[in-house]
Amino acid sequence: MPQQVTRLGIAFVALAVVFVAVRQKLVPDTFGEAGHYRAAAVDSIAAQPLQYAGHEACTMCHRPIAEKRSVSNHSGVSCEVCHGPAAEHVAAPGSVKPPAPRERGFCPLCHGYNASRPSGFPQIDPVAHNPMVPCMTCHDPHAPEPPVIPGACRACHGQIASQKAVSHHATLPCLTCHDAPDEHKASPRTLRPDKPSSRDFCGTCHAEDAISPSHIPRVDVSTHGEGYLCWQCHYPHHPEAE
Amino acid sequence: MMVDSSTSLDREPTATREPVDRRDFLWEALKASLGVPIALSVIRVPELRGMQAGGDAEHLYGMGIDIRKCIGCGRCAQACKNENDVPDEPHFVNTWIERYVIRTDGEVLVDSPNGGIDGFPPIEEEGGTLRTFFVPKLCNHCEDAPCVQVCPVGATFITDDGAVLVDEEYCIGCGYCVQACPYGARWFDPVKHVARKCTFCYHRLAKGKVPACVEVCPTSARLFGDLGHRANPLARFLRFNEIQVLKPHLNTKPKVFYANLDGEVR
Repeated sequence: MPQQVTRLGIAFVALAVVFVAVRQKLVPDTFGEAGHYRAAAVDSIAAQPLQYAGHEACTMCHRPIAEKRSVSNHSGVSCEVCHGPAAEHVAAPGSVKPPAPRERGFCPLCHGYNASRPSGFPQIDPVAHNPMVPCMTCHDPHAPEPPVIPGACRACHGQIASQKAVSHHATLPCLTCHDAPDEHKASPRTLRPDKPSSRDFCGTCHAEDAISPSHIPRVDVSTHGEGYLCWQCHYPHHPEAE
Repeated sequence: MMVDSSTSLDREPTATREPVDRRDFLWEALKASLGVPIALSVIRVPELRGMQAGGDAEHLYGMGIDIRKCIGCGRCAQACKNENDVPDEPHFVNTWIERYVIRTDGEVLVDSPNGGIDGFPPIEEEGGTLRTFFVPKLCNHCEDAPCVQVCPVGATFITDDGAVLVDEEYCIGCGYCVQACPYGARWFDPVKHVARKCTFCYHRLAKGKVPACVEVCPTSARLFGDLGHRANPLARFLRFNEIQVLKPHLNTKPKVFYANLDGEVR
């Protein structure tokens, strides 16, 4: 074999050995076992300790409270939403106690009025709603049904109430236009209030021959916007809105 | 050039060079062609094994989010920070809530102060609002994840069960993935100097629990499940809602599914 081929061969073998050695050194142990990553990383991520124990863990010891909550308006609210992460408490029930927030600032995180919240979700104005009184005085957080059924629709429909309050319809009570069964207050989703179903209803104030104060705008109900109910074009809670 | 070629043609063959006969040449070629794959297989053994291991995973995790149920309380974002040791400062978030305000003039305003953890300030000029709602966001755990494609070292990856994770020991902190993510779901840890993100609370899944954000969501706006099985909450969610994903035109194939998502949400 020619000398240069031998040398070249030795060089190739040496390079291959160096390549394999460097690769062995640089590539981590389990890299590539399950894909283009270090398989051991999955195990170390999965081994991270828990902070939230999960509501099943709470139920095991606090059964009476869990049962009370399970039939209340807070049935879907996990214990650790209010009491914070409780894995340490589950591990050492005697020495670590989870907090129970009692200050007025806490409940409005969910129940403070916010226009972006879905309509019908119970919301209060934290400034006006029984100022200075802790929420727990009237509401049991594990069964928060209001002690007094809300008198005002604005307890839940804050966004509509705030718009109506600055409109020309401010003085009209909700029940003028909506027929709301009493059960709606206790069970809002099963029995819903209705909406005016005819054009003549708005016409009782707004028709040309209506018996109402003269400053109220009039239209010819028989021709104006024919084919539509009034509230399909006008927003009755803020009728001046463009 | 012409001169060179003519001289080389004229040159006598050297004495040391022996003619190779056809039989020897073919034998050597056969040995070489066998040797190369054997050498390659020694070097590439792990990759080959990995290809066989994938594809038969027990789970394929996904999340469902119902926009109409979200009240923007921020408990999910807070729980995520508690569970995953995320710094308290704003802008370091695995999951956050955006408030969309669509004005009557068509302007779309989006804000997320501290990820929504401390609540949202009142909307200015509430009367000029056409519609407004909250959108919880997090890593979409894309099937074709751009962040995984750009990682130069294989520190971020998709597990067999569909979670996109970061190997914090192996991450070199180059930040390519933070830029590559079209959903802004990755952030750079100022203490560990690695890229971080939502893991679907992989450590909780390993213990049979749901992610912390799902655990604490008080209105069940978030739910978690297994795309591979019909008998679980996510399957029901996908059956009974009209479903959208974020930025479908990017073909990232997200595994976070939204119901009642507004067309203005980006």
